[in-house]
Amino acid sequence: MKLILAATIVLSAMRAVALDGQVQIHDPSTLIRCDGKYYTYGTGGSCLVSDDGWTWRRGVAPARRGMAPDIIQLGDRYCLYVAANLGAQPKAAINLIWNRTLDPNSPDYKWEESGVVASSDGIEDCNAIDPGLCLDPVTGKLWMVYGSYFGFIRLVQLDAKTGLREPGSEPVNVAINCEASDLIYHDGWYYLLATHGSCCRGSDSGYNIRVGRARSVLGPYLDHTGVDMIQGGGKLFLGSGGRFIGPGHFGLLDLGDGVQKFSCHFEADLDRGGASVLDIRPLLWKDGWPVAGENLREGTYEIESVRTGTALELAVEGMPVGGRRARRNFGGGPGGPGGGAGGQRPNPFTGQGGTIPPQDVSQVSTNWPAGNVPVRLANYLCQSQQKWTFSAVTNAGGYPGSPYFRITIEGTDRTLAADEEGELVALSSFTGGPEQLWRVDQLTDATWRVMPKAALKTAEPLALSAIGSSSVTLARFDPNSDEQRWIFKTP
Amino acid sequence: MKPFPLLVCMCLFVSHAQAAESASPYPATSLARPDSPETTPDAAGFIRRWIILEPIGCNGLTDSAVQAAVKTEYFPNQFSVIPRDGDSVTVGGTNLVWHAVDTKGYNVNLYHFAHSLGKPSSFVLFWAVTVVNCPEEIRGVRLAIGSNAASVWWVNGQEVVGIYGDRQTVIDDGVSRRLTLRKGQNIVRCAVINGGGATDFCARFLDAEEKPLKRFTVSVGQAAK
Repeated sequence: MKLILAATIVLSAMRAVALDGQVQIHDPSTLIRCDGKYYTYGTGGSCLVSDDGWTWRRGVAPARRGMAPDIIQLGDRYCLYVAANLGAQPKAAINLIWNRTLDPNSPDYKWEESGVVASSDGIEDCNAIDPGLCLDPVTGKLWMVYGSYFGFIRLVQLDAKTGLREPGSEPVNVAINCEASDLIYHDGWYYLLATHGSCCRGSDSGYNIRVGRARSVLGPYLDHTGVDMIQGGGKLFLGSGGRFIGPGHFGLLDLGDGVQKFSCHFEADLDRGGASVLDIRPLLWKDGWPVAGENLREGTYEIESVRTGTALELAVEGMPVGGRRARRNFGGGPGGPGGGAGGQRPNPFTGQGGTIPPQDVSQVSTNWPAGNVPVRLANYLCQSQQKWTFSAVTNAGGYPGSPYFRITIEGTDRTLAADEEGELVALSSFTGGPEQLWRVDQLTDATWRVMPKAALKTAEPLALSAIGSSSVTLARFDPNSDEQRWIFKTP
Repeated sequence: MKPFPLLVCMCLFVSHAQAAESASPYPATSLARPDSPETTPDAAGFIRRWIILEPIGCNGLTDSAVQAAVKTEYFPNQFSVIPRDGDSVTVGGTNLVWHAVDTKGYNVNLYHFAHSLGKPSSFVLFWAVTVVNCPEEIRGVRLAIGSNAASVWWVNGQEVVGIYGDRQTVIDDGVSRRLTLRKGQNIVRCAVINGGGATDFCARFLDAEEKPLKRFTVSVGQAAK
């Protein structure tokens, strides 16, 4: 019973943080950025807008409403592909509408109709809804996958300038018995992500996102066991978990510098009454396969540098856990190996008996200097000055998927901050300034990037960076370096 | 470079023959006496010329012990003097001599230094000084150091970096905040405190791109004539 209680406490301490604001949507499109804002469009003309990717609000419905749209920017146009069934399923068509801006307050805001780019006649083995767009970074060709149960997921080529169907492009069947497909390219492979299971049943929805890959965009898309997606294959990318049930409708959000995220909806957020909600999570890559990461959970961590293997700490004199003990004398002196019989020094290898409790920061911090204290890297020894608590800061904004965090030494108000010289310091208390707010993004290799919302005297985005083995600074993020990559470990 | 040491330092610049006559009785040293007025950092930017004071007895490697040790006044003008080769100071009634050295490697082996002088190398503090001559002001540089064991470093009188505890020398172990090297002389000073066993240190400057800085020369105070 005690064990269960302890586990519950740990889980609640590592609290996941969900998107903020009005996030109810079903079948969201890929997120797209226009004039600094993020937009997504869903079934029934729904639209969500965000200034930062964290706090969302309702937007204006596009001129054409339909099912599970997808959007892509082609030149100076935002092309929205909207599907609708024509009578009963599976007779359907996907229409293209476009706009030069997604901001309804802009004088340029005007949706233009471009017509049908794909359809199904109600008899063939396809239901032409749920479009997913992919601009091939290798060939420059524009591809669209579409379909929803009733047979095959199909691939067609579109004109990369007009967004319309490429003349002569016949549909290619690439998967079956799924929907909400999307296509992405990564490191020599095309990945087809599609949603299996059932939607629209709240917390009883079996939606889950699966993936196959192919060297050719035309397929075959095989999963990790070699099963073709056209025969029902698919490696699980993301299923239900935590308080979220039924993920579907993958969309890639590439933030540059090697930072990738993905959007999806969950059929039921148990903390929002089971509503269907938007979510944004890190996209990781492992052994050639996409892996769904998780946004940082609130909690206490060791922050370990990938570059050095040492841990971030307050630059104060550490006290060994359990107190200082004399080093054993190996030199043959009294008490040491080969030493005389007169050794009275306790043998440090025998322990002190019983459990040594974690350090009480209120006790070990009594000798810490008041005011601002430098930070540095050191070997991790489970000491109080090495344990950092990440807490979401309300009403301070955020970035795609997460709010800003404050980072403090566990059990204290000593706050990690950027200083006026673009270096790092621990302040005596948190006052909410942008130099004390931290953006924490999981990178594609599952390590983390830590960036202040703002560093004084510079507008340049900077990241927590190991310099040397024992020092830290702020530096521009280099995706090819380990200096700005960090591992969070639970202490 | 010439083998180190000359037990009686009368002049900074000596001939090979003179040096050979005063060869150390100990195994080959990595140190030699400078044979030129100034030198340059090596290809990786390491500063190889230093003037080092014979060791002072010292114990304790924790942050507080090291800080207390280095803030103790052992001799006059401890944080400002640019010693000359052969200068001496009296610490606790003992006469200690400054020795100019060039190291053959990236690091300065203080065990070799002490051993060749017949001095202890464990539980001691070494003071070392060098002069970095810059042709122009250089901003945004960092002093990057490593030491066995703890060490504290000053540039132009300002403490810029310290590393503590019983540790081995690792290149760029401790790195200072960004600082400015002024045109002309810049004084780099360190105190290295050893526990037991081997002891050495290394130092270089990194530029704003964190690449080794090499646009300077290095000298130490010349011996009195």
